[in-house]
Amino acid sequence: MERMPKWADVVLIPLISLLIAFILSGLVIIAIGEDPVAAVQMMVKGAVGSTYGWGYTLYYATNFMFTGLAVAVAFHASMFNIGGEGQATLGGLGVAVVCLALPWPHWAIALPVAVLGSALFGALWAAIPAYLQAKRGSHIVITTIMFNFIGASLLNYLLVNVMRPVGSMDPATAKFSEGTHLPTLHDILAVFGIPFSKAAPANISFIIAVLACFGVWLLIWRTRLGYELRAYGKSEPGAVYAGISPVKIIMVSMLISGGLAGMMAVNNVMGEAERLVMNSVEGAGFIGIAVALMGRSHPFGVFLAAILFGFLYQGGAELALWTSIPRELIVVIQALVILFTGALDNMVRVPLEKLFLTLRKEDV
Amino acid sequence: MDFATVLQVFDSTVRLATPLLLACLAGLYSERAGIFDIGLEGKMLAAAFFSGAVAAVTGSVWLGLLAGIAASMALSGIHGLASITFRGNQLISGVAINFLAAGLTVVIAQDWFQQGGRTPSLVGGARFSPIELPFAEAVKDVPIIGQTYYQLISGHTALVYIAFAMVPLTWWLLFRTRFGLRLRAVGENPAAVDTAGVSVIGIRYAAVAICGLLCGIAGAYLATALQAGFVKDMTAGRGYIALAALIFAKWRPWYALSSTLLFGFLQAIALRYQNIDLGGFVVPVQFMDALPYILTVVILAGFVGKAIPPRAGGEPYAKER
Amino acid sequence: MNTVTQTGRQETAAPAIELRGISKAFGPVQANKDISIRVMPGTIHGIIGENGAGKSTLMSILYGFYKADAGEIFINGNLTPIPDSQTAIRAGIGMVFQHFKLVQNFTVLENVILGAEDGALLRPSLSKARGTLKRLAEEYELNVDPDALIEDLSVGHQQRVEILKALYREADILILDEPTGVLTPAEADHLFRILENLKREGKTIILITHKLREIMHITDTVSVMRRGEMTATVKTAETSPEKLAELMVGRKVLLRVDKKPAAPGANVLEVENLRVVDEDGVERLKGISLNVRAGEILGIAGVAGNGQSQLLEVLGGVAHGTGSIRIKGQEIDLTGKHSDAQSRRARGIAHVPEDRQREGLIMDFTAWENSVFGYHHDPAYQKNKFLMDNAAIQNETEGKMERFDVRPPDPNLPAKSFSGGNQQKIVLAREIERNPDLLLIGQPTRGVDIGAIEFIHQQIIELRDAGKAILLVSVELEEILSMSDRIAVMFDGKIMGERLPQETDEKELGLLMAGVNGEVA
Repeated sequence: MERMPKWADVVLIPLISLLIAFILSGLVIIAIGEDPVAAVQMMVKGAVGSTYGWGYTLYYATNFMFTGLAVAVAFHASMFNIGGEGQATLGGLGVAVVCLALPWPHWAIALPVAVLGSALFGALWAAIPAYLQAKRGSHIVITTIMFNFIGASLLNYLLVNVMRPVGSMDPATAKFSEGTHLPTLHDILAVFGIPFSKAAPANISFIIAVLACFGVWLLIWRTRLGYELRAYGKSEPGAVYAGISPVKIIMVSMLISGGLAGMMAVNNVMGEAERLVMNSVEGAGFIGIAVALMGRSHPFGVFLAAILFGFLYQGGAELALWTSIPRELIVVIQALVILFTGALDNMVRVPLEKLFLTLRKEDV
Repeated sequence: MDFATVLQVFDSTVRLATPLLLACLAGLYSERAGIFDIGLEGKMLAAAFFSGAVAAVTGSVWLGLLAGIAASMALSGIHGLASITFRGNQLISGVAINFLAAGLTVVIAQDWFQQGGRTPSLVGGARFSPIELPFAEAVKDVPIIGQTYYQLISGHTALVYIAFAMVPLTWWLLFRTRFGLRLRAVGENPAAVDTAGVSVIGIRYAAVAICGLLCGIAGAYLATALQAGFVKDMTAGRGYIALAALIFAKWRPWYALSSTLLFGFLQAIALRYQNIDLGGFVVPVQFMDALPYILTVVILAGFVGKAIPPRAGGEPYAKER
Repeated sequence: MNTVTQTGRQETAAPAIELRGISKAFGPVQANKDISIRVMPGTIHGIIGENGAGKSTLMSILYGFYKADAGEIFINGNLTPIPDSQTAIRAGIGMVFQHFKLVQNFTVLENVILGAEDGALLRPSLSKARGTLKRLAEEYELNVDPDALIEDLSVGHQQRVEILKALYREADILILDEPTGVLTPAEADHLFRILENLKREGKTIILITHKLREIMHITDTVSVMRRGEMTATVKTAETSPEKLAELMVGRKVLLRVDKKPAAPGANVLEVENLRVVDEDGVERLKGISLNVRAGEILGIAGVAGNGQSQLLEVLGGVAHGTGSIRIKGQEIDLTGKHSDAQSRRARGIAHVPEDRQREGLIMDFTAWENSVFGYHHDPAYQKNKFLMDNAAIQNETEGKMERFDVRPPDPNLPAKSFSGGNQQKIVLAREIERNPDLLLIGQPTRGVDIGAIEFIHQQIIELRDAGKAILLVSVELEEILSMSDRIAVMFDGKIMGERLPQETDEKELGLLMAGVNGEVA
């Protein structure tokens, strides 16, 4: 007998957790002397009130979809990949290497190679922690944290000492050539005659991210590999009984996870900055954790959660611009979402289960 | 390199190792009791801000220290609630706490001081001042011994001496007292403690509280001793380095001292020399920055001895059915 | 009250322990039903019953580890509520759990004083404990090096530490839960000597076991538990193993399976000198040789933990071993690339594991996902090179659920929402419908309701009659006797002997299971 209906588990619990997180965030806003209602209005207006706002919201959402999917895929195999930040950093390196390697004639040719490069570098950065977990039992959480720092240092070194153009003081690569510039949503929608802000950074990567959501959904729920990955995530003895190799699942799930995190770089490095700078990921790897937790590790949930966080990010930026509420409020909200949808899950779940149990008893 | 330079580097090592040591010992209490804590960073950061803020407002560094400890312990309380009472995922809880601190400190700092997420610079009694040990002035010209005493051993803030005193104290508490025995047992096999008629929950909360206390001192040290005031993200990954040092130390107090001194030394070197020239081969500063993390991965991989964490670490305790 | 108290003589002293009307439920499972029991001081009282009869739960209640839903506890005649272990310890109760509660990297001394320290500092406690341990060692043959780490001690010595822990807390009443399950015969004998010594000193001992031999050997009185109920309490001297066995198993309506005599064909499975060493370096299989022919059920009888699980695991590709396994004359890879469970299935070995909830099913997966678990690579389940054909699997599952009478017949329900019997049917349908050459099946009816037992047995017989080889492992003797065409008895990682069911009985098998027999195979 199920303790409570599936919809309560999938929809109600995350919504309640989210609500608690938002209420607490509202209290923080009140505490610093601002009006939470006005703040929400401003966020809505700033994030989705114009195509410019939408352009930023979707740009951020694209990042979070990739990193959220990365965390979600690993979660399905019961791996906690905190290394999205480092993997996305290395993904950026992959994109930069691809974009700077050749005088690309057209973005349509550069894009698939850049996607491949970013995924490859991201996966590579996940491969060592994965191997150490699979073969030597080194805790993946600690190793991926360490690889975030190592990745940052590595990139720092490469940008300062190797990839910086001669004569430049800025620790960044040269601008990518014209042939790698991705079409923005403005360009794409213009084809259909739909007007969209020209200044916003949302670009074709958004479509890739949506495709990635669909791809991950196929992978997890429709393929043998996804089947094995979920089986291993639920029960290691069960997996061994069924002839599923734990080593293979750990490696493959982490490589896919790292690859997805790396692919984020197509959006922010190739699509927006058009060069590789220091700290280009800006915490998106960590937001992936909140996105995956909120989205219950389901690609559709990740899609929605990523849009929500995109909205919060862009709305938060607007708030910071027009009020005394700093951008870091978003980090607070992100923390509360992780706390309530992740660590304090039982706090909402247990009373809710009891409630459903009493309701059911009354029915009978 | 002359002796004076060596002393300066060691002196800097001590100062940089202090917050690492405190945080590392904090993690040691928590993890020895079976509660993984990747939220050391966040607790330190919160303590750094609140100590800096209160010291700035009241002008008293001791009130600042108390405020820092209170903030850190509040976060510990959240971690305890999530991982002990509600049996949630300890890692996720730690991640949340780190972000909570990163966000809240800046939001509140901006609200209170409007200086872009920092506190005003601390002066006078709002900062910990160096303590000159007896006879330091008198012997400072005595070669080697006197210089070392004056430069390296004397002249640190109270918190440095507290941190170093915490090492034998922790060792004694863990290995010579009833509390320590029970704390270690709870991290290895909580069922053994439970069947012996001792509350697992009580001991775990106590351990998490001590962890908060020590992180609080570590954070206060950053804002009120090492530097003069709080700046955004001032912990700069020290919580994670402390975590790495803890693994490196195999969860033992004296080893924690050596591993944090080693990591402190690496930081001191990286701070002093940008790139290190080893006979034509240049070690980039970024490599020095990454070295603690690389070392930790090597340890974790089991290439240099095996680091075996407390057996019940990370597992919420529930009586088996 | 359904307790049959057969202790005739009037006792003058108050019982050391008296339980009245103890009940305890875990969700829908009634683990203890209105249990009453009296144990006189200075006696050894046995509690016997099958796995899952509720013995351990009852003792955990007495030790304050679980809270009873109803009932009263009297210690030495006084009503003593025991809400937690602390109270139990204060009341003079000590418990040696089946799974020891020791801190592995602590010394013996540290383990002994944990929770019973005198004062905040360890040093006085440790030196006091050292003296006490020395005295206890002399008094009761409980020698253990006080400074040894637990992880360096043998299981037998670890158990002594558990007993020392209880005695150090000045326990007058000692409960031992299946203490010999993990001991070698020599260690068990030593334990019994210790218990005799304790009894002589006036301690009261409760021994929980499912081994008749131990009960007869050492107890003064014995209570029998069956399905959460106490069915009888008798003096050991006035009973016999046969009577106890009957009380233990009850008149279970185990419907005799209608089965024709076997018509065995050629060897399907041949095992020679199979050895398994587990992760802790303990040899669990010590050179097993056996064979199973087509159209035959070989039953493996034995007390749990004597290597049967390892035998199934190695045959099923879940664990590694050395020796030789042949299927239809073809050698099987035991350690290399093709030693995993996938490869075994490819060779026609189907495996119904002993623990269906841990291994046989993914409890969160739906019935249809579980219905191909382990066979998910089969081309029949693939839509194309990349995607699985979920619709086809769901379709097939509906058919399986109908044929195997799984209720409710909804392929979309998760495995965890089915009853034990229906879960087992899902596993069985999956394995049997693959039409394997060899079916490995462990504890086929454990935790299964009576109605489903008959059906499951019928399916196994039908598979045999279809000319397949079946290796059946069960700790239920009756099941072994009624299902098997041949019976092999395992003890301590070895085959003690083989019997034909029509030429043996429970008594003879029981002796073999206890390791009592000259002719070691």
